[in-house]
Amino acid sequence: MANTDPCVVVLQLTGGNDYINTTIPYNNPLYRDNRPAVGIPDNNIIHLDQTYGIPDYMAPMKKFWDDGKLAILHGVGWKESPRSHFRAMDIWHTCEPIKVGTEGWLGRVAREFDPHKENVVQVVSMGPSLPRALVCPGVPVACVAGPLERYGFLPQVQGNERTAVLDRFAKMYSPALGSGPVMDYLSETAIDSLKGEDIIKVAPLKYTSTVEYPNTPIARKLKGIAQAHCADIGSRIFYCDHSTFDTHAGQNPGHSLLWSAVSQGVEAFWADLREHNHADNVVMLLFSEFGRRVHDNGSGTDHGAGGVAFVLGEKVKGGHYGEMPSMEASKLVQGDLDPNMDFRSVYSTILDKWLGLNPAPIVNGTFEKPAFLN
Amino acid sequence: MAYQDDIELMAHLMRRAGFGAGRDELEARAGKGYEATVEELLHPETQPAADPYTLLRYQPASLLPGGQPPMGNVNWLYYLVNTQRPLEEKMALFWHHVFATGNSKVDNYDQVLEQIQLFREHGMGNYRELLSLLARNPTMIFWLDNQQNHGTAVNENWGRELLELFSLGAGNYTEKDVRECSRAFTGWTFETKIPRAPYGRFPWKFEYRPEDHDDGEKEFLGHKGRFNGEDILDIVVQQPACGKFICRHLYNFFVADEPQVPAWPIESPRDQKAIDTLVGAFRDSKFDVKQVLRVLFNSDFFKNARFQHVKSPAEVVVGTLRFVGDHELPKPGYGELSMNTAYMGQDLLNPPSVEGWHTGKEWINSGSLMARINFMAEKVGDTSAPGVRSIINRLKAKGSLSPDQLVDGCLDLLGPVHVGADTKQQLLSQANEWGQVSWDNGSSEVADQHVGAMLQLIVATREYQFA
Repeated sequence: MANTDPCVVVLQLTGGNDYINTTIPYNNPLYRDNRPAVGIPDNNIIHLDQTYGIPDYMAPMKKFWDDGKLAILHGVGWKESPRSHFRAMDIWHTCEPIKVGTEGWLGRVAREFDPHKENVVQVVSMGPSLPRALVCPGVPVACVAGPLERYGFLPQVQGNERTAVLDRFAKMYSPALGSGPVMDYLSETAIDSLKGEDIIKVAPLKYTSTVEYPNTPIARKLKGIAQAHCADIGSRIFYCDHSTFDTHAGQNPGHSLLWSAVSQGVEAFWADLREHNHADNVVMLLFSEFGRRVHDNGSGTDHGAGGVAFVLGEKVKGGHYGEMPSMEASKLVQGDLDPNMDFRSVYSTILDKWLGLNPAPIVNGTFEKPAFLN
Repeated sequence: MAYQDDIELMAHLMRRAGFGAGRDELEARAGKGYEATVEELLHPETQPAADPYTLLRYQPASLLPGGQPPMGNVNWLYYLVNTQRPLEEKMALFWHHVFATGNSKVDNYDQVLEQIQLFREHGMGNYRELLSLLARNPTMIFWLDNQQNHGTAVNENWGRELLELFSLGAGNYTEKDVRECSRAFTGWTFETKIPRAPYGRFPWKFEYRPEDHDDGEKEFLGHKGRFNGEDILDIVVQQPACGKFICRHLYNFFVADEPQVPAWPIESPRDQKAIDTLVGAFRDSKFDVKQVLRVLFNSDFFKNARFQHVKSPAEVVVGTLRFVGDHELPKPGYGELSMNTAYMGQDLLNPPSVEGWHTGKEWINSGSLMARINFMAEKVGDTSAPGVRSIINRLKAKGSLSPDQLVDGCLDLLGPVHVGADTKQQLLSQANEWGQVSWDNGSSEVADQHVGAMLQLIVATREYQFA
């Protein structure tokens, strides 16, 4: 049974991706003025149009642009954003700029879709930790740290022994009367994860592909997502990240390596989905917790504010949304681009137009929705 | 059996006041006696300090890690794994949790580690003095923006958190008190920082700027005067709420899991009498944390609170590494090892906010449960590791083992660990499939593996998640 429910893949660029070296205003003299050290040379810029270009190390993204499948969201952020990685990232995850939020926006989505936890692999995160964006009480998340085949408890036990050991484990975790709320909670968590393990691990077994993914960590995560998605196990929310975009120094080689890996991985991912006829119901969001300072520091750039987000997908209306905040000194905030598109706007469009949910309770407010989806 | 009781009690003490202990250590300590062991734990200066030069030889970047994760974590993990002063490190963890300061904002592991060192040195001293040191700690000042707290423009961040999170607890002061407290701490700042270029980082230093201080009349918790920071601290520690708050934290950390701190104004302590006892010691000793701990560890309520505490990720990781051994040297790979607490939800030196971490049951989620079990199982399944070999050798000395003996033996030597009847049934059922375990007739490797597998099963139990 092919899964036609709309799915979301989030690719988090952790560390603060440099906006204006990603979407380069190559005709604007202020770009050259401010980037004496890390400005991308003209003959290394691929033009998207007469105003913006991308660095040549992001070349695979050009095809998405030409096909009209790439929406570029300009100036994303929020007013008075902190320059702290973790606080800013938490705010992207929880939509709570003032208090400390504990529920993630995608955790809330999962709860809306499946309030009775009927599918324990609805949310899949590729990576060893649990991003707060996915956290919500009662929402199981499959956190897959390595390849899907090795997901689960006690991965060092394999072969014939494994079934027996896991069976044993499941029995140990069966709820027993009178053992107390914490023991019950341990049981619930473990049993959900065990159920999920059985489902997730078979996904790679059903998968064959002619697409060759590059041998990079982000490509491996994207491949895992593709395998899970193409296995039609009901997973709808996928999360992965790549780091670190925190290019305070050595930005030119650094940013280039990061985006080569990301764009080649993304290219392979979509080729794979199309090969399996599983591309139409997927939208992919690439974001970072903030952009970087307009003026470079001689080798890289420091933490900034307004950034850029990309949304990709077969059903996406490609193009520019919003506009790059002014680089004029008088218009900057603490030397940084003044955000002019609230990040919750981006979420709101995805929630409303793609996932069919009311965005307001999920993002804690009502925000304008840039029209990159019908 | 009196001796087995001693071992079990000692195991409980070492799990709580330290990071657990293997059977050899438990026997030695039981030989010394419980009270004597408590005294030794309370006097870390009687034990040698971990050797800093070994750390530097392997991980030179951990000296001044700056902003670079995980070098800060590498530094702390080394001390946690190697310390012969376990209670000193546990108290550093305790204060790091209460006075939570995160590298995500400080962006300077050197400074955060310096704060941890402060907690090692003064964590079991006088609480009033600790507050004073904390108020002058440039890392804390920066973390809570007190350098932006001026006589002409008061910033309430430090003033508020001092009262809400570090001493009295919410509900025991008014907004006006927050303001007056903040006014009293105006001018408590740090020297202008020396820029990083070209010589690298310099330590931050406290500075008091009298010209920036609001010297006016203040009214704080019913007292009036031209208070400065020290006056505030004097008043604060005299409040009954202060003793109750700090002692409840100590109870939560060392005795049994309480609800999360934001619930404390609403939910009473699970054992009010225990808290009262600790508060009495706190007050009578004039805020001597060591004395409170002495009363705590020697109390019946502590001794009877076995397995009432969900292990924190630090306890899981450090406890396991100390137990299996062979992780004393910070060899390559230590960085990844040090990040394991983060995968389980506790990024040491980087709590998510000044409120610290949510503890107890909230350490557990699908990702963290897998991370905990997989980490522990991987380590204890390694039959070549010294700690595991030590168990194997003790079991081997009994000759050949029946399934019952294998299960009981492993439960005993891994803890002693207590499991419920259902869990025990499963462990026995597994052992029965293997049958008799014997090291004769060239079956030594198989026997070793069965022990390893049984240990893996035990660390995977629900019960093992508790200390």
